[in-house]
Amino acid sequence: MSNPHFLVHSPKDNVGVVVVEGLTAGTEMLGVVTETDVTLTLRAQHDIPIGHKVALKPLTDGETVVKYGEDIGRMVAGAAPGEHVHVHNLKTKRW
Amino acid sequence: MASKYGNYTFKGYRRDNGRVGVRNHVVILPVDDISNAACEAVANNIKGTMALPHAYGRLQFGPDLDLHFRTMIGTGANPNVAACVVIGIEPGWTKRIVDGIAETGKPVAGFSIEQNGDLKTIMDASRAAKGFVHYATELQREECSISELWVSTKCGESDTTTGLGSCPTVGNMYDKLLPEGIYGVFGETSEITGGEHICKERAATPEIGERWYHMWKAYQDDVIEANKVDDLSESQPTKGNIEGGLTTIEEKALGNLEKIGRVSRYINILEPAEAPKSGPGLYYMDTSSAAAECVTLMAAGGYAVHTFPTGQGNVVGNPIVPVIKISANPRTVRTMSEHVDLDVSGILRRDMTIDQAGDALVEMIVRTSNGRNTAAEALGHREFVMTKLYRSA
Repeated sequence: MSNPHFLVHSPKDNVGVVVVEGLTAGTEMLGVVTETDVTLTLRAQHDIPIGHKVALKPLTDGETVVKYGEDIGRMVAGAAPGEHVHVHNLKTKRW
Repeated sequence: MASKYGNYTFKGYRRDNGRVGVRNHVVILPVDDISNAACEAVANNIKGTMALPHAYGRLQFGPDLDLHFRTMIGTGANPNVAACVVIGIEPGWTKRIVDGIAETGKPVAGFSIEQNGDLKTIMDASRAAKGFVHYATELQREECSISELWVSTKCGESDTTTGLGSCPTVGNMYDKLLPEGIYGVFGETSEITGGEHICKERAATPEIGERWYHMWKAYQDDVIEANKVDDLSESQPTKGNIEGGLTTIEEKALGNLEKIGRVSRYINILEPAEAPKSGPGLYYMDTSSAAAECVTLMAAGGYAVHTFPTGQGNVVGNPIVPVIKISANPRTVRTMSEHVDLDVSGILRRDMTIDQAGDALVEMIVRTSNGRNTAAEALGHREFVMTKLYRSA
């Protein structure tokens, strides 16, 4: 198998993590769910830096973002599959 | 159950109190900030010694003073320290620290500056330090079981690759070595926020989990909620965390907790700098998440080797404990290679498993314990940072 572009912790997650440098919009990405070794593909809609998150599903304003199968915060703007998810559209539910 | 890890050995320094050190430092320890200059002068006079200057030790009181003494005594008592010279402005608190360190049976001598001045103090302390160097340099490493290691962990400048790679590597190491009888410790109370339900469940008993939760909640209420002026989005996560792709404290906490593996459970909760007393196993220490503070507290608790996962490249070290840096971020491994002891970026490429990475970390712990200097040691990172609980009187 070729090296994945992104990894997903849990099958419950609605975001993945880009694990390659220089990923550009339009790339047909290969992803792997580390818990199950299931592979998936997704087209990148943005240039996404290494380590940053990508939406796996349509995410709406207010929706809970799930990573590690757990709640990591809420969307404050929508994101389509393949789009960048970070501080511009995801906020903590704490502090 | 016997495993291959139980047969692993390393060559360490066996101390009079039975503990095993992996380094053999002669430390010149200031009781207080104004004794730093004398300590640094002694360390300059006597080669093979090391001064540990710090910022505090005057007019502290209550739990904050208790923590100061615990950190000072614990640092001198750490098995990586062969012998210790203590210098303070006055004899009372100096003697209290000397007596605490002396309980280990190791050579320790105290000197105070009032009614002597810096110069006489430096001369007297230098003569003692020279004797300690002769003593320490004749000590020999001997073969020790891996079960005699005390291994701490704390991650820093985390990013999403720490949760995917370097933190699970530490967790895998703990799952392999804790059953062999090592002592482990994790902490970072603010940074469990968002994963507190998971951390509470990882206690060995529900009662320990409840005590852990009350400790965590007290920190939230008494420190964070009492002092915050915003949503902490530039402190937790840090700017570096955010650059690396971490967005929220919840996400950071879940990655952080990967360090305790899949099956390990903590058996007790430690005050900052407190030595564990409940036997071998994993402990939780109530620490700051700031790297130098946390590693200093764990070293004062008696831990001899530190495992430090980093994503974006925290460069922290410690003067008495080797800090092993583990990174899974290929950019950090490429741009900051001089800081990385163990490259586990293969996990992200899916050409290295967590199990393989854990084995590589066990091997690096053994090599480090045998004497291999870490990247932080080679680069001279000796961050010794006291934790202060509140303003002095």
